[in-house]
Amino acid sequence: MANLALRNLTKSYGTTKVLHGISLDVADGEFVVFVGPSGCGKSTTLRMIAGLEEVTSGEVVIDEKVVNNLEPKDRDIAMVFQNYAIYPHMSVKKNIAFGLRSSKLSRLEKDARIQEVAGILDMTKLLNRKPSQLSGGQRQRVAIGRAMVRDPAVFLFDEPLSNLDAQLRTQMRLEIKKLHQHVGNTIIFVTHDQVEAMTMADRIVIMKDGRIQQVGTPAEVYHQPANAFVAQFIGAPSMNMLPATLNGAGLELVAGWTIETPLRSDTARAVTVGVRPDDLRLDTGQRLVSGKVAVREPLGPETLIYVETDGGEVIAKADGRTPPEVGQEITLFADPADLHVFDAETGAVLQ
Amino acid sequence: MAVTDIRPTAASVLETKAPARARNMGQFIRWLLLFIGGILMVMPIAYMISTSLKWPHEVYNVNLIPEEPTLENYTYVLEDGRFYLWFVNSIIIATITTLSNLLFDSLVGYTLCKFRFPGRQIIFIAILSTLMIPTEMLVIPWYLMSQSFGWLDSYWGIMFPGLMTAFGTFLMKQFFESVPDDFIEAARIDGLNELQIWWTVAMPLVKPALAALAIFVFLGNWTAFLWPLIVTNSVEMYTIPVGLSGFGDEADVAWELIMTGAAISTIPTLVVFLIFQRFIIRGVVMAGLKG
Ligand SMILES: Nc1ncnc2c1ncn2[C@@H]1O[C@H](COP(=O)(O)OP(=O)(O)OP(=O)(O)O)[C@@H](O)[C@H]1O
Ligand SMILES: [Mg+2]
Repeated sequence: MANLALRNLTKSYGTTKVLHGISLDVADGEFVVFVGPSGCGKSTTLRMIAGLEEVTSGEVVIDEKVVNNLEPKDRDIAMVFQNYAIYPHMSVKKNIAFGLRSSKLSRLEKDARIQEVAGILDMTKLLNRKPSQLSGGQRQRVAIGRAMVRDPAVFLFDEPLSNLDAQLRTQMRLEIKKLHQHVGNTIIFVTHDQVEAMTMADRIVIMKDGRIQQVGTPAEVYHQPANAFVAQFIGAPSMNMLPATLNGAGLELVAGWTIETPLRSDTARAVTVGVRPDDLRLDTGQRLVSGKVAVREPLGPETLIYVETDGGEVIAKADGRTPPEVGQEITLFADPADLHVFDAETGAVLQ
Repeated sequence: MAVTDIRPTAASVLETKAPARARNMGQFIRWLLLFIGGILMVMPIAYMISTSLKWPHEVYNVNLIPEEPTLENYTYVLEDGRFYLWFVNSIIIATITTLSNLLFDSLVGYTLCKFRFPGRQIIFIAILSTLMIPTEMLVIPWYLMSQSFGWLDSYWGIMFPGLMTAFGTFLMKQFFESVPDDFIEAARIDGLNELQIWWTVAMPLVKPALAALAIFVFLGNWTAFLWPLIVTNSVEMYTIPVGLSGFGDEADVAWELIMTGAAISTIPTLVVFLIFQRFIIRGVVMAGLKG
């Protein structure tokens, strides 16, 4: 059952169009992450779902009901903001209770609900504190609590972790994921951090310039990117892109060897070959390119090596114990099945 | 081998002390300036109190300490029924005007700050531009207006020009800029209507500005002279400054009585200041945001 649907949603500010038709179905209880570079329209989409921003055209459907003309409070959603937006003049308890203002529960039921939420978020001891007496992570937890008490049909998160330091971010990431497994509400989560997207999402929506580039599970967008943008955006370090020509023999790398692939083209065609650093080998597979090791970055179990080739810099992963020396001439190999081929002009993947 | 002598020599002592001496000098000048400033501030108040303790024949003597201190003036002013009337008038007028400013200035300031609507900029500029018109130019239109509405010689007549001020509106608008939109949007999602958002979310966050505005408006109305003088006729409608100026007769101004009245009338301003100044705490707004 779809509990949130976007139908050809567009948004214009004056004459500038910032969203060009967003369509998406989100199943009940799904954790969907919107990811994309800054300014691609993630927040705008989220705010239109919340009702904070007018819809220029298209429909927002929540629980089978078109909510375009409903006030935010009538949409059965709750939102957590990047800056937390918890009220500094109210105690933690009051802040959480604020989310229940418009509910019809009795006082006792409300109190019980607040206690329950505080329990889940491990905040029972902090209920009487003021926000100024809390750490950043605790403040964000209060904001989540305020959203949770209402038990909304859809939770909306707009980059809620970006103000936290790296360690806390990892921890909160896990907590939100656990929370989702516990409460089971639908979550729409916006971030520009692809690691956050990969680790948390059931499904990832990758956006660019107001358009959806691909929707899929983390594995799908990683292993079967729909275009060159997605391929480079997902995964760190990002996918190597090598210019090549596709012809009757296979792939002819501009600065490398020719690779025999099942993919052929009768007329020569300019393409880009993408290969992830993980998929590059130093010994087995088909020969791709060769070059000189410029820099090594030891990560422990493996070492990243930056190889200078005629086609530009290529990043590869090598063994952590015996990586090639800096300055050493090496050849990089790959399994043809691990290569992604994109049209050089449109960036669309070629099957 | 060259050995560096690290023992202080006479010259090095002088050198190292030089910055310290300059610092002391700077410190001294700063204290001196503050001291002069302080004296300048305190002198009028000291003379006010001193004069209020003098007999009439001694008033034009510049001694700060009265030769024969007396509380006679206080007895006279406090027993004079008129002073009591003016005091009540002033309290009523200053209090109502202050409350009215707090309410309406912040409502208009909030609207101009947080809502986008056509004409918003023009309205704001129109409000601001009234700041450039001096009171002296306005009293005649005010007077004619009061006359045609029958407001002369009434509380309403004294108060109406100041019930809302352009300055207060501007001040509140600027302070509401410091309330992040996220707060307002979060409240909207939580189901508050716009008036509730203004009252329960935005207003508590600008308490320092409200306190400053309250002090400012109260003092302004408490000491207002020109307009109350023009709009009132009967002695019972006078405010303190207007009433005090009339102490004495045609031949002589009774400075000792005026100063006594002035001394007594500073008490409410002190009370207002003490009440509101504790709200002027910085950083209230930021506490709910990213740390
Ligand atoms: N009020 C506005 N008026 C005009 N343009 C706007 C307005 N708000 C947003 N935009 C534009 O809409 C586009 C999308 O903005 P949005 O805030 O949705 O980006 P985002 O994906 O959330 O980026 P970020 O990761 O930086 O938060 C941007 O190009 C932005 O300049
Ligand atoms: Mg954003």
